[in-house]
Amino acid sequence: MNIVVLVKQVPDSGSERKLDASDNTVARASADNVLNEIDEYAIEEALTIKEAQGGEVTVLTVGPDGATDAIRKALSMGADKAVHVSDEAMHGSDAVQTSAVLAAALQQLEYDLVLCGAEATDSQMSVMPALLAERLGLPQLSGARKLTVDGGVARIERQTDGGYWAVEAPLPAIVSTWDTINEPRYPSFKGIMAAKKKPVETKSLADLGIDASTVGLANATTQVLDFAGRPPKGEGVKVNDEGDGAQKFVDFLASQKIV
Amino acid sequence: MAEVLVLAELNPAGGGVRKTTLEALTAARALGEPSAVVIAAPGTAAGVRDQLAEYGAATVYVAEAPEVDEFLVAPKAEVLAQLVQEKSPAAVVVPSSPEGKEIAARVAIKVGSGFLTDVTEIAADGTATQVAFAGQVIVHSKVTAGTPIYTLRGNSVAPEPAPAAGTEQTVAVSISDAAKGAKVTDRVVEQKSSRPELTEASIVVSGGRGVASAENFSIIEALADSLGAAVGASRAAVDSGFYPHSFQVGQTGKTVSPQLYVAVGISGAIQHRAGMQTSKTIVAINKDPEAPIFELADFGVIGDLNTVVPQATELVNARK
Repeated sequence: MNIVVLVKQVPDSGSERKLDASDNTVARASADNVLNEIDEYAIEEALTIKEAQGGEVTVLTVGPDGATDAIRKALSMGADKAVHVSDEAMHGSDAVQTSAVLAAALQQLEYDLVLCGAEATDSQMSVMPALLAERLGLPQLSGARKLTVDGGVARIERQTDGGYWAVEAPLPAIVSTWDTINEPRYPSFKGIMAAKKKPVETKSLADLGIDASTVGLANATTQVLDFAGRPPKGEGVKVNDEGDGAQKFVDFLASQKIV
Repeated sequence: MAEVLVLAELNPAGGGVRKTTLEALTAARALGEPSAVVIAAPGTAAGVRDQLAEYGAATVYVAEAPEVDEFLVAPKAEVLAQLVQEKSPAAVVVPSSPEGKEIAARVAIKVGSGFLTDVTEIAADGTATQVAFAGQVIVHSKVTAGTPIYTLRGNSVAPEPAPAAGTEQTVAVSISDAAKGAKVTDRVVEQKSSRPELTEASIVVSGGRGVASAENFSIIEALADSLGAAVGASRAAVDSGFYPHSFQVGQTGKTVSPQLYVAVGISGAIQHRAGMQTSKTIVAINKDPEAPIFELADFGVIGDLNTVVPQATELVNARK
């Protein structure tokens, strides 16, 4: 079972995140960057399947040179090798363009299963599995809270409001995972040391046969026109409960015509 | 007037259209004349046509085939893309559910368009508003390639009736084998609830770590029921096993934007704010006066939730 896990390096959602005023793109260079949290669950799932069924886990990312940190984290958890697509021409690419690059990179790899996190904390679009399934003609098994792979068939529980849908597809397929699916392992010291020696192949757009004039900010299918910080909220009212907190709360609701 | 295709999102089994569809029809009117697209199992459209017409659908395209329910996302995307190619609409608006976003993505690839997800507003010139980074940044964006496709975040636009003809037009459906890759074998409802759906609710009452136990969530539920609200939970509460994950508000959970959000025993970590910051009115109940949730709150009660919440429930019920 050969598995490719797509990972993304993102600005830490717990730190201050910004857009760059010069070109309205995510300010990645100045950010406190980490491996997208939900991707760890996809990596864990890949490692669990590999441990049971054998094969190899390859990590694939598209991102600036600094994205090697996210790759190292994945390798230190136990992935075998990595492919890093890095090209300055990618700067400012949108989801449609990035999916073209990931699809081209996947076509150069051998896999039975593609795994990824169900959402990146920076863009929060949750569309990459759908985009890649469309481009590669793969079955889309997205939003999984449970995955089993058996006899050439992948079965998931797709998390829904108040329950799940059981969905299955023949391999190869693309599966995205939520953080309900498992508990990711922490990299061990041994894992961290071993990761330093694992192969990381860097590829340019030319290596993937992609024309640089189809990617990047200038050729994106969407454009950010402008942005602004959310206007600060006016100072709210705070009351200490001295036996009348609930009454004041309900009075407030009444003043807002809510009750 | 230019035609704008609006994908109808339906409630399960004869439950009519979701409020998100009426919101999408309302938002689409800024761009032109909306046509609703119903892609569903045979026999579905007849029950929703009137409602779609009432909210502005001049035409209701009916694409009914069993495959659209039997397989995940891809068949619906195929049908919608086919319509986009046939009708050359000015834009496409889709409710921003997980499925809606995935359909929009696949249609964008099929027709060579760009798409914007979770927009909160669409202006007449096609400029969309989005909120980024836990609601802290407001962004204006445009689609610059092909037919603009938008997914509209729930509760961003107030649905307004605008009666139109709602003329039914049957669409011939033929689903390719390629779209039949992922088969839906079962749909399981684990938590049956009479409460409104979290992302659609106009009031949400959420509990956090401060609620302290699964049993004690009953006081959150009671307050929610007195207000006709949905119940939410913070990640801390979900991780502690107090409440199921499908009710989690925040990053890796649901994003809600109700008229009133009541945060009970929630400190207000950025991961939680990401899911509720755009709520119109925010009320916090917390015993810690320094809790960051108070920075967001229009009204805050510093006190013990175990006292304040049951009292408030009684007071709200007494007003009825």
